[in-house]
Amino acid sequence: MASEEMEQLVRRDYKEGFVTDIESDTLPPGLDENTIAFISNKKGEPEWMLEWRLDAYRQWLKMQEPSWAHLDYPPIDYQAISYFSAPKRPEDRPQSLDEVDPKLLETYEKLGIPLHERAALAGVAVDAVFDSVSVATTFKKQLAEAGVIFCSISEAIRDYPDLIKQYLGTVVPVADNYFAALNSAVFTDGSFVFVPEGVTCPMELSTYFRINAANTGQFERTLIICESRAQVSYLEGCTAPMRDENQLHAAVVELVALDDAYIKYSTVQNWYPGDEDGKGGIYNFVTKRGECRGERARISWTQVETGSAITWKYPSCILRGKDSIGEFYSVAVTNGRQQADTGTKMIHIGEGTRSYIVAKGISAGKSDQSYRGLVKIGPRAKGARNFTQCDSLLIGDKCGAHTFPYQEIGNSTATIEHEATTSKIGEDQLFYCQSRGISEEDAVSMIVNGFCKDVFQELPMEFAVEAEALLNVTLEGAVG
Amino acid sequence: MSDTQTFLDTLKARSQQRGAEPTWIAARRQAGAARFEAMGFPTRRDEEWKYTDVRSIAQGNFALADNAEFSQASAAALTLPLDAYRLTFVNGVYSAALSNLDGLPDSVQVMPLSKALTDNHEAVGGPLGRLTGVDFSTFAALNTAFMEEGAVVRIAPGTVVDKPILLQFLSREGAPVMSHPRILVEVAGRSEATLIEHYAGQADAANFTNVVAELMLDRGAILNHYKLQEAPLGDMHVASIHVEQSRDSRYSSYNLNLGGALVRNDLISDLNGQGAETNFYGLFFGQGRQHVDNHTKVNHNAPLTFSNENYKGILDDRAHGVFNGKVYVKRDSQKIEGFQSNQNLLLSDRAHIDAKPELEIYADDVKCSHGTTTGQLDEEAIYALRTRGIDEATARGLLTLAFAGEVLEQVALDAIAERVELAVAGKLPERFNLAGLVEAAVALND
Repeated sequence: MASEEMEQLVRRDYKEGFVTDIESDTLPPGLDENTIAFISNKKGEPEWMLEWRLDAYRQWLKMQEPSWAHLDYPPIDYQAISYFSAPKRPEDRPQSLDEVDPKLLETYEKLGIPLHERAALAGVAVDAVFDSVSVATTFKKQLAEAGVIFCSISEAIRDYPDLIKQYLGTVVPVADNYFAALNSAVFTDGSFVFVPEGVTCPMELSTYFRINAANTGQFERTLIICESRAQVSYLEGCTAPMRDENQLHAAVVELVALDDAYIKYSTVQNWYPGDEDGKGGIYNFVTKRGECRGERARISWTQVETGSAITWKYPSCILRGKDSIGEFYSVAVTNGRQQADTGTKMIHIGEGTRSYIVAKGISAGKSDQSYRGLVKIGPRAKGARNFTQCDSLLIGDKCGAHTFPYQEIGNSTATIEHEATTSKIGEDQLFYCQSRGISEEDAVSMIVNGFCKDVFQELPMEFAVEAEALLNVTLEGAVG
Repeated sequence: MSDTQTFLDTLKARSQQRGAEPTWIAARRQAGAARFEAMGFPTRRDEEWKYTDVRSIAQGNFALADNAEFSQASAAALTLPLDAYRLTFVNGVYSAALSNLDGLPDSVQVMPLSKALTDNHEAVGGPLGRLTGVDFSTFAALNTAFMEEGAVVRIAPGTVVDKPILLQFLSREGAPVMSHPRILVEVAGRSEATLIEHYAGQADAANFTNVVAELMLDRGAILNHYKLQEAPLGDMHVASIHVEQSRDSRYSSYNLNLGGALVRNDLISDLNGQGAETNFYGLFFGQGRQHVDNHTKVNHNAPLTFSNENYKGILDDRAHGVFNGKVYVKRDSQKIEGFQSNQNLLLSDRAHIDAKPELEIYADDVKCSHGTTTGQLDEEAIYALRTRGIDEATARGLLTLAFAGEVLEQVALDAIAERVELAVAGKLPERFNLAGLVEAAVALND
């Protein structure tokens, strides 16, 4: 591959860096029990929720920040973060797009995601999370007719306390890990989806996250429940404005699938990765976990990770129900000085459970990327089946690609296969394309897209387009 | 910390018994002891020991053996039927009676470590502890603290050693003892040798062996290293093997594990020169409540280096197997090829395997891959055999042997391959009764 293309690739700028100036009702930096009480009060939460948060906080205090990941970053000062930031007039929320602050709409315009157009054209309901408080939710009516609840988690805590009490923290317990405990204590918003028995959600649900207001950590909490035979496809996409200080993001996503339910969760993550020297950029410490509680339940994670300075993320499936299925499809692209330690966990508990993992990593520049996965087969998971494929593509000689797959197998009837390869774009592959009149850039683009195809085809249409665009932007110069 | 104290007390008592020695030896032992005391025994919270609990060693009370008594007859039964230069150790103590170095050419030096230390031989002063320093692991530090016996092998440039060098470690029944053998091998340029470590013993022994081997291959040297571990089922066995390879050298490890209650192997190859090649072949067979842990690491520190690894595990009853293989490619080590394969066969519902094949790569022009599979015997293959009139139990046994055979066919020494095949066949549940079949096959070959 031509070296100037590599240079361009390394030097690409973050296209979506800008700051929207909206006055925020922001808490000063610092974290103690008062901060949590403030957040809880601000959200109008009941007493039991505050207790739940404080319990998480007290457990968090006793925990150690994990250091096992293949990541290198300066220590995070949790007292230097502001834990609440909400757009002005929280009581006075807009009921339709017309009422939305024009500055917010402008933000989406800059991102190239015209909310109204997108919503109308794609039939997607958008629960737009703008600095921790949902400010626009569309298509709520249509969803209500189908019996689907799609709202912010704060609303859900107020309006559906029984569901929250029944499910919140049951997949990711409050003290599951350091970052999950922190999230449980201070989460400010996120989405709640409930699809009742037998209902197929009439549209794909989508939330666009944006981190705004400087120094604000974003602590999202998402809970999706599918009752028996229910189905939902949920899309999550992220962009962030350019700024100098590292921003901490510690989200928790919980999925619950009962008998024959199907949850498809897709993510496109394009947060600010930091500049050429790795300055700035988002720290992304996410706990995502789904539990197939019912028989034949199916949970599918698809992710395209191109952003963030640090990514620490392992979307997982607990396959408890008999014959339940877990899937994980991932494309991770790191460039500059980005570091990603990502992968999945498949915990097979029930009989006949199956899981399928496809992870594609592309490292360029001076970035470092690791696949870290666990496949665990319990003694009762008779006939469990796993197939794992993880491939790494290295672009340039200053980057690193690593695989750390863990397999813990306690059952003789299980069949486990794992394959991993690491390589670069072959000179012979390039030559083959070029000898047929394809330019070098197009050839690289074809090869990289082909490398990722298994994952992209799992994305919903709307997202597949965006993902390919993102990959092209990320590898701009190299892939034309 | 109290766990380490038992060992430190034994060490103190031992050092008071020692006569005058060169000061550097005492200093190295002290460094080992200090390191051991500081680190303590690993727990399952240590990533490297995540799947292996060493409390049965840490909380054990092991004395040091003071003699090498072993009946000639039972030793003869255990010894591999091979024409080899042989050093024998009983519970870690050198046995001149059971050793035989007749006909050893001048270009090859083979001696017990105790002799090399007493003579302050040039073969040990510099190299001893160069590869496996005290910072290596708790067990290597513990070995260094106690080191006094083992084997020193030194091969002059351009020598092809005509017979294998066999280091035989026998475990004796009686009150539990520990031994810390130290093996030091230097293969000079363009030399070629075969080294065999053989661990065996009396059925009721329950001793702890903590061996450290440092193997150095100079330019173009070739070393075939067999480690046949068929220690008694009550034995604890920890081995740290560190290999250093210069340009164009070739190292092949055949790590065959059949015995021991708790077994841990750490095998590391440093490929420091262009054209160096390393091959790791491994087979582990566990039954009962055996715990067998294999950790391997290949460090591609230079461009144009090659590694190939194939480890196979067969686990029955409540046996627990661990495989952790790592391929590391240093920055700018281009044109690397590294392949790793691990396959495991679980014969029982209570058998357990934890596998972790790792790649850590910092160069782009490399071809590296790893594959791991765990499963059971292919039902279609069993069916195919049954249609040919072979009963199911025998079919399963034959396929299990064939699974092991993929590693054993790499073994160039028939005596070792046959010993393992018999052991695997004999260890399979009795209804298979394959030992007879294997014996018949061996007889046919002869």
